[in-house]
Amino acid sequence: MSRCYQFAVLATVALSLSACKRETREFRPVPPAQNVLNTVQVSGLNPGANPVVPPPAPSVYQESAYAVSQGQTLYNQYNCVGCHANGGGGIGPPLMDNNWIYGSEPANVFATIMQGRPNGMPSFRNRIPEYQAWEIVAYVRSLSGLLPKDVAPARSDTMNIKPAPESMPRQTPTGITGATEQSK
Amino acid sequence: MIGVGPIAAALLIDPGAHSMFGGASTQASHIEWLYWLIFWICFVVYVLVIAAFTRAGARNYRGDPGMLPVLPKDEAGDRRAGWFVGTAVVVTILTLFFVLVETVITGKKVESATTSKNPVTINVIGHQWWWEVIYPNPQADQTVTTANEIHVPVGKPVVILTNSADVIHSFWPPNINGKRDLLPGYSSAFWFQVDKPGIYRGQCAEFCGLQHAHMGFSIIAESPEQFAQWQQNQVKPAGDPTDPEAQRGKQVFLTHACIMCHTVRGTDAGSRFGPDLTHLASRQMIAAETLPNTRGAVAGWIVDPQRIKPGTQMSPNPLAPDDLQAVITYLQTLQ
Amino acid sequence: MAVSEPIAVAPVGAAERLEQTWRQPPGFWGWFKNTHHTAIGVRFMVTSFIFLILGGILAALMRFQLSRPENNLMGPDFYNQTFSMHGSTMIFLFAVPMMFQGFGVYVVPLMCGARNIAFPRLNAFSFYIYVGGGLLLWIGYLLNTGVDTGWFSYVTLSGPQFSPGKRVDFWAQMITFTEVSALGVAICIATTILRHRAPGMTLNRMPILLWEKLTISMAVIFAMPAVMVVSSMLLMDRTVGTHFFNPAEGGDVLLYQHLFWFFGHPEVYIIFLPGTAIVSTTVAVFARRHIFGYVPIVVSVVATGFLGFSVWVHHMFATGIPQISESFFTAASLMIVVPTAVQFYCWVTTIWRGKLQMKLPMLWIYGFFFVFLIGGLSGVMLASVPVDWQVHDTFFVVAHFHYVLIGGALFPMFAGLYFWIPKMMGRMMDDMLGKVHFWLFFVGFNLTFFTMHFLGLHGMPRRVYTYLPEMHWGTLNALSTSGVALMSLGVIVFIVNFFQSRASGELAGDNPWAAGSLDWATPSPPPSYNFLEPPTVNGREALWEALPNQPIVGGLRDDVREVLITHSLDAEPEYKEEDPGPSIWPFITSIVVGIVFVESIFTPWAIAWGAAPVGAALIAWMWPKGSRPLRRRVEEKWSV
Repeated sequence: MSRCYQFAVLATVALSLSACKRETREFRPVPPAQNVLNTVQVSGLNPGANPVVPPPAPSVYQESAYAVSQGQTLYNQYNCVGCHANGGGGIGPPLMDNNWIYGSEPANVFATIMQGRPNGMPSFRNRIPEYQAWEIVAYVRSLSGLLPKDVAPARSDTMNIKPAPESMPRQTPTGITGATEQSK
Repeated sequence: MIGVGPIAAALLIDPGAHSMFGGASTQASHIEWLYWLIFWICFVVYVLVIAAFTRAGARNYRGDPGMLPVLPKDEAGDRRAGWFVGTAVVVTILTLFFVLVETVITGKKVESATTSKNPVTINVIGHQWWWEVIYPNPQADQTVTTANEIHVPVGKPVVILTNSADVIHSFWPPNINGKRDLLPGYSSAFWFQVDKPGIYRGQCAEFCGLQHAHMGFSIIAESPEQFAQWQQNQVKPAGDPTDPEAQRGKQVFLTHACIMCHTVRGTDAGSRFGPDLTHLASRQMIAAETLPNTRGAVAGWIVDPQRIKPGTQMSPNPLAPDDLQAVITYLQTLQ
Repeated sequence: MAVSEPIAVAPVGAAERLEQTWRQPPGFWGWFKNTHHTAIGVRFMVTSFIFLILGGILAALMRFQLSRPENNLMGPDFYNQTFSMHGSTMIFLFAVPMMFQGFGVYVVPLMCGARNIAFPRLNAFSFYIYVGGGLLLWIGYLLNTGVDTGWFSYVTLSGPQFSPGKRVDFWAQMITFTEVSALGVAICIATTILRHRAPGMTLNRMPILLWEKLTISMAVIFAMPAVMVVSSMLLMDRTVGTHFFNPAEGGDVLLYQHLFWFFGHPEVYIIFLPGTAIVSTTVAVFARRHIFGYVPIVVSVVATGFLGFSVWVHHMFATGIPQISESFFTAASLMIVVPTAVQFYCWVTTIWRGKLQMKLPMLWIYGFFFVFLIGGLSGVMLASVPVDWQVHDTFFVVAHFHYVLIGGALFPMFAGLYFWIPKMMGRMMDDMLGKVHFWLFFVGFNLTFFTMHFLGLHGMPRRVYTYLPEMHWGTLNALSTSGVALMSLGVIVFIVNFFQSRASGELAGDNPWAAGSLDWATPSPPPSYNFLEPPTVNGREALWEALPNQPIVGGLRDDVREVLITHSLDAEPEYKEEDPGPSIWPFITSIVVGIVFVESIFTPWAIAWGAAPVGAALIAWMWPKGSRPLRRRVEEKWSV
């Protein structure tokens, strides 16, 4: 029996070292070292034939269910619903479809939130901390099913006017970063 | 109160202020009386039963290494003993019935304030992890909205209408009354009347997440005149500060993350997500009774609330030192 | 088959043939095929004891964090996981599996005089599925996915919006695992008690422990479905978007509490009543006389089982329900004190009118009397609604339930272990080490938990990861933490005692305590067939009232695993049935069912896809053997 015990101990240790990213809860997140805003490309036009390559985003916000859930809360509190409704759009474009005007990669969505966009998207730079913007980015991407099912939020404890993001089928993005996202 | 003194002294325990003993209201006194009644009944029962077991086990044949032979049945003796046991059971039932009667009577006394006609009505809405406090008024501009600090007049009935914005919380001021759960989707009426002026702390008593431990509130009982004065002051919007540093602080407040969550009536800041700060400087404590309302504590709270209450909804705000000092000066003008 | 006159001795050579027939398969896979109740019972006890230790480590961590105000040993997230895991482990993975499943599965068939438990493969399956639930919860904890919403996980905190991730889902599914396990064992034990009793053991002669296990099996059957329903509703809310507990869409937050506590209160009686049965059993043995008040005690046990279902709202007195309801539940909660009081008075009378020998198990029973009574009386305080309004959700409640659970279950558990381990392993436990264990544990326990009464009265709420220095709770908390070392040391002494005694303890013999029940009518440890000479019963204490030539059951074949089925009321023999014997299918089925349960947390399709493998495993399990099962009616009546 002692070999069984050894195996059990090793398996437990191995499993615990690869602690689940989905359950990470960062309360005092360290901002990313790289300045994403200067390296993201928001136009599909560029000289030469290079594809648009977005800079990498901090993965903790895309993989942590807690961060995405915070993003959902902030989406309501910071009044994104005022223009985008619950993803269906209104004054602003819908966020739960597959058309991403300025790109669907996390860095692109982050840039949209922080810089603002023509025709009514405000700039939230210096109004919300960067880590909260990343959380909102993750939530917005979950609205069209781009996050794994176990990370995306389930139904909220409010009136349910749209399906829960975790039950949304994946809407393959089109738009300036569509080529890179479609290959995923 | 019979017993707190000697027992506490014997155990060298300081009950502290946040205790159900030595209450300041009719409700707490009734509950404390009932507690001591049941306690002394239980104490006597315990002593008697343990004495019986000790006496029963006193003749103890532990010396024998083996087991003694089984005793023969003694039906007659057992029948006689049965009368004693039966009597004990009857006494038990009567005692429990007495406890039941006193319980119902005391419960009615505690709830008796419900018959009063002109209570002070307060809406308390639980949030993760602070208390939204609203004094409704038929005239909308006379409604007072504040957070965590509840003022009540001494000697007048108060009713708290409970609700919750997210999860289940529980409103518990031990010096004044028991607790009432704040349930999302339900509203219930929680009555009390404070007899002595003072500051009475309370705490959330239903596990509500990461900062349940730091979700306190206080009830400040003052004379009816002081209460009316406080209410009138709370209704006023914040004025324009005259001090240049405070003016600079107001600018910082309105151009940084503060306006995304907080309301300061009289300015452009109107978000309902966090506590209303219009009269922040009039409060004794901040962060749901966790920190005193001093410059240093407020500075620490603004810059890094996650250090003090990890998991709280307020984000860190790394302001430049001059900006930070200006904001605090501004906040201190919000009397 | 005619029997001309009663026999009192087994035929020659029966022991070897029975050993050959009832032998459980050896080897690695043989371990998984074992369906004999003694093996499964020991496994339940060992596994639940391991969970006791794990839960105790969590408790120590909590106490260290709370020993000083604003301590930074751990943050709120880890503390919330720790206290939720502590409660869940202790209640679901230790208390019921040890008190009901462990003791029940091991002792009940022996006390009935049977060769094996009823439905042995279901019994084995229940063990494996329980282990699956424990592994799910604990592997989750090690992966940062430990439940963090309390052992009861109230909505809406545990709902999909406020508990993101899979932590609560792991907990809810663990409940499904452990409650399926409890239901399986309840069916096995109830059937054994009703149909496998030795001839002559009428209901009026049944040991109190069997009455209690029968009552608890019924309580399990009625209570566990409530918690399985509520945890499944929570899982559905979290995974497929139902609105059972969403107030904004017509759901109700209090529905969760009602359904949960409809299970939760009987659950604590499921943990406590086995303790009282151990007390009744050992008090009779060590006072050297029949238990006083057999009928009142039996009536009390059954009444407590019933009344346990009528008091659940006393966990909800602070929710603002109408006063008339609260008064009703106060009355019910006070009423349920009466049967327990009856038992106490009968026990003290038994000891008073007997000749007490304070052997080691009896020392623990006295510990039970001292400790449980405090818990029961603080329960009377809590039953009173206005007092409960002040002390609900404070450390006063924590003190109360630890006094009733540790006093009412753990102390009798240790008594039962010291009492029955000689039967299980054939050697006595060391007396001196046992006494050291008792005193360390008793003093440490009171130090830790008595102080909590004061903390609660002085306003300290439950489930807080820290507290402010201004609250003046620091001294009491530090005092409370100091008991942890003593309790841990006591348990370590017990473990050392166990292993030492196993190696070199004094040989126990058949009946070291000269007890009266049938479990002592066989060698220690019992052979694979339990009884060479299946006994019959002449009175309430079978061995004390046995006739000089008390008949044994004859006619059970020794080349085939045969068990005797008797009538449920008067235990007249009815027919003989074949025990199914060792089988790998319970283990395989538990693996398949476990996989389906775990996958269903992540996708509802698991239930659809999993139905086929589960069905296949069950079909393989139930596949009839080549020859028809042997079931022969006993034609003639057997009479005493």
